[in-house]
Amino acid sequence: MERVPLEKKVLSENDRIAADLRARFQEHGVFCLNLISSPGSGKTSLLECTLGAFPRHDRVAVLTGDIQTENDAIRLKRFHFPVKQITTGGTCHLDARMIERHLADWPLEDLDLLLIENVGNLVCPSSYDLGEAAKIVVLSVTEGEDKPLKYPSIFFKSDLLVLNKIDLLPYVPFDINAAADNARRIHPGIEIVKVSCLTGAGLHEWMMWLEQRRRAQKQLVQQPVG
Amino acid sequence: MHEMGIANSVIEAVRKEAARHPGTQPCKVGVRIGELAAIDQDALRFCFEAIARETDLESLQLDVEVCPRRHRCSACRREFVVHDYDFRCPQCASLATECISGDELELAYLEVEEYGACPAGEKSS
Repeated sequence: MERVPLEKKVLSENDRIAADLRARFQEHGVFCLNLISSPGSGKTSLLECTLGAFPRHDRVAVLTGDIQTENDAIRLKRFHFPVKQITTGGTCHLDARMIERHLADWPLEDLDLLLIENVGNLVCPSSYDLGEAAKIVVLSVTEGEDKPLKYPSIFFKSDLLVLNKIDLLPYVPFDINAAADNARRIHPGIEIVKVSCLTGAGLHEWMMWLEQRRRAQKQLVQQPVG
Repeated sequence: MHEMGIANSVIEAVRKEAARHPGTQPCKVGVRIGELAAIDQDALRFCFEAIARETDLESLQLDVEVCPRRHRCSACRREFVVHDYDFRCPQCASLATECISGDELELAYLEVEEYGACPAGEKSS
């Protein structure tokens, strides 16, 4: 019997493509975000609010993933930015190859923000690197404040937690401070914004976060180190 | 439920590596899965066996090592396993500790034998 050391990632092929995408995004100064949540938490609503706040000719594009239907792309195309639907046909997450394929005919030099809406699922998308600069997890107040403890991986890997549907707080038994504490137990450095896509509460803070990170990415390109 | 894709990637890696060892047969593949990796071990094993069944890899065993979340203390550099989300350094009680492992999803090793020499026994290990 012979034991051969392998010492590599199980998803090394996905990671290779993701690293290639990340390098291309950096080269063109594209800030790429990967939005992840369970179905119905409000990823698409958050994107609608976000796109609605940008000037018409802003350099923004969206890839939106679902198992079936073009519904999200139809909703998001109303804002006149480039939008493509990725229908996975059953796969519960997006992978780097799907992103690569759907970006093939989009000139990256025309963009500086790429928003990727993952398939609604709090588990599997966390394993697949898409080349993004940051993952964002969206959690709505109808889901239960212990979700970070039940699904630690995505909270561990996300830079930002968007707590959505705060307009419903008076009507649901959701302890928003406990939710934030639970997220910080998993990931002490996670940033948190509380929003309502219905009333617009907190969206300013979300847009500030987005613009700040987007500017930082741009500066990275304009002032290359070394 | 993305364990089918993960199992498939493991099997592909085994085939690739096995091709470099002509005249042998892969018996066991070792993987490391961190507790933060969002992989269900039972689901992975189920998928792995389903893919390998009735193929030349039917006797291939899957050895899963589960890796705990580990932190390193920024003050005293002590490394420790985190239990129940308690990130406090057990040596100096500092809360300034950083996660250094626990999200592994890695191929560790492959065991190969001469043809027909793989132990038939238990699939699960």
